[in-house]
Amino acid sequence: MVDPSSTMVPMATQVATSLGTGTTGTGVIVDPRSGRIAMRLDNVDVSFNGRTAIRDATFDVPKNHVTALIGPSGSGKTTLLRAVNRLHDLTKGAVVTGRLMLGDTDVYKGGIPATLLRTRVGMVFQRPNPFPTMSIYDNVVSGLRFNGIRKKSVLEEAAESALVGAALWDSVADRMKAHASTLSGGEQQRLCIARALAVEPEVLLMDEPTSSLDPISTRLIEELIGELKDRVTIIIVTHNMQQAARVSDLCAFFLMGDDRAGEQIEVAPTKKLFSQPDDQRTLDYIQGRFG
Amino acid sequence: MIDGVPPDPMLERRELIQRVAHKTLNRRMLASRAVIGLCGLAFVVALVPLFAILFSLVQKGIHWWGIDFFTKTPLFPSLIDPNAVGGISNAIIGSLVIDGIAALFAIPIGVVTGLFLAESTSPFANALRSTAEIMTGLPSILLGIFAYQMIVVGFHEWGIKLPGIGFAGIAGSFAIGILMIPVIIKASETSLRSVPTPIREAGLALGARNGVVARKIVIPTAMPGLITAVLLALSRAVGETAPILWVIGASTINTWDPGHEMASMPLQIFQSATSPYTSLREETWGIALTLVVVVLVINLGSRLLAAWLQRERR
Repeated sequence: MVDPSSTMVPMATQVATSLGTGTTGTGVIVDPRSGRIAMRLDNVDVSFNGRTAIRDATFDVPKNHVTALIGPSGSGKTTLLRAVNRLHDLTKGAVVTGRLMLGDTDVYKGGIPATLLRTRVGMVFQRPNPFPTMSIYDNVVSGLRFNGIRKKSVLEEAAESALVGAALWDSVADRMKAHASTLSGGEQQRLCIARALAVEPEVLLMDEPTSSLDPISTRLIEELIGELKDRVTIIIVTHNMQQAARVSDLCAFFLMGDDRAGEQIEVAPTKKLFSQPDDQRTLDYIQGRFG
Repeated sequence: MIDGVPPDPMLERRELIQRVAHKTLNRRMLASRAVIGLCGLAFVVALVPLFAILFSLVQKGIHWWGIDFFTKTPLFPSLIDPNAVGGISNAIIGSLVIDGIAALFAIPIGVVTGLFLAESTSPFANALRSTAEIMTGLPSILLGIFAYQMIVVGFHEWGIKLPGIGFAGIAGSFAIGILMIPVIIKASETSLRSVPTPIREAGLALGARNGVVARKIVIPTAMPGLITAVLLALSRAVGETAPILWVIGASTINTWDPGHEMASMPLQIFQSATSPYTSLREETWGIALTLVVVVLVINLGSRLLAAWLQRERR
C-alpha cells in the first residue's frame, strides 16, 4: 500500500469514501480500473472430486473497495470466496485451477505457505464464531499470537485499533477480560471482524456476514463495511441484493450453469450492474424474476 | 500514505506482523514437523505389538487350519496317538450359540435403552446412564461369578429359591449378554444423539408422536452408527473368556442345545493352553488365530456395512 509514486490511491479512496456510507446513488461511478488492483482472478475453477463448483471466474478486485459476489444458491460464490484464502486446502478432493493473484503473489502456485497467505487475507464467516474459551481481548489478539507476536504493547495497540475499526471499542473497552460469549450476536460478529482486522490483512473476505443477525446489527455491520474499506479491501458474499447494492462498489454476478457448475455472468460497478446490466439474466435476477 | 504524512500505525503493524510471521514460520514448521514425526512414531509404536501378535499367530497357528480342525471334536493324546488333538468344531458351535443368544436379548435391550437415554431428559434416564457407565467398567469375571451363582448353582437367600440349571451354554449367554448391554447402550445413545434436532423437530412439527419420530426418523438416520455399535459390542463379546469360564462347563462334543454343557473358542484356548499335553498347547495357536480372524471379520464387516449404508443414502 505504501507506494508514493501512485497518486491514484488517495483518489480512488476518496471516491470510495464518498460512496462508502451505503449509497451508490451519488452519481459517481467507481471505475475499478482507475484504482490499483488488490487481487486478480484469472480463469479460476474450483472442483470437488471432479465435479466443477465454479468455472472461469475472471475479474479484478480493486484495492480499498468493496467487491460483492452475488447470485442464487449453488452459483459457487462461497466456494470462490473460500478459494481466495485456500480454505479448500483442508477439503479432500478439492482442486483449484487458474490464476489467483494477491498483489504480486500467486496464491496457489507462488509457493506461499497457506498460513502466511491467511495473515494477508482475513475471513469473517456466516455465523459469529468467537473462540468460546477466550476472553474478548484474547480473541482479538489471537491471530497475532498464533503468528508469534508476544510483545504486550503491540498486542494492546492492535487490539484497540481493531476494536475501534470494528466499532466495538466503546462497548467492550472496560470488559476486555470478559468471555466473548457474553456479547450479543451482532457484537460477536463485530468481534470476529476485529479479530480478522487485528492481523492487518490486505483483503478481508466476508461470507454472508449478516445472514444470522437481526436488522439493526445488520445495519451496523453494513455501515462498518463502508468505513473499513479505507483500511482493507473487502470481498463479500451476500444473498441479499439490497445489501450488495448498499455496501459494494463492484459486483460480480454468478449463476448455476446447465451442468450445475457456477458461472460468472457479469462483473460491473455496482451502480451499473443494478441499473443497466449488460446481460439479460442479470436484469432478471436483480428485478427478482428468479432466485 | 503520501509523502510528508506521518507513518500509518496500521501499515507499520502490518509490516511487523508479516515480518514476525515470516520469521517464526520456519520455527513453527520445524515444530510442526517434529510433532508430526512424533505422531508417526506413536503410530508405529502402537502398531508394532499388533503386528507382532498377528505375525506370531499366523506363523504358529496357520498350519493347524484344515478340514479336520474345523469339523472334528477335540481328541486327547493317548498311547495310541500321542499327538492327537482333533478339531474345535464344538468350540465354534458353542461360540455361535452362546454369543448368538446373548446378542438376541442384549441388542434389543441395549438399543431400546440407548433410545430412551437419547430421547428422555428425566432423572431416571440420568441414573440409568450412570449405571450403564459403571457396568461398562465392571470386571467381567464378576459377571462370571454372578451367572454361576444365579443360574448354575441357583440362589438360596432370604427365603427366595431359584433352582440352578447346572453348567449350560445358556448361562454363558446370560453373562455375555449382561456384558454387552451397557456397551450397546452407550454406543447407540451416542449415535442416536447425533441425529440433528431440526430433523426430529421437523417430524414433531408434522404432528408425529415421539415414538413415531423415533421409529420413522431417528432410528433410520442413526442406523449406520447403531449397526457399528452392535457389531463392535459383539466382537468384544466373542473374545470374552472370564464370564463363561465356570458357567458353560466344557463339553467336548458337538451340541447346539444351549441347555447342555458347551464349549466356546476362548474357553478352548484357556483349556488347551493350560493342558499338560504339548500337542494341545501347540494347537492353542490355531484356535487363537481363528478367534482373532472372527473378531477382525466382525470389526471390518461392521465398518464396511456402515460405510456402505452411509453411501447408499447420498
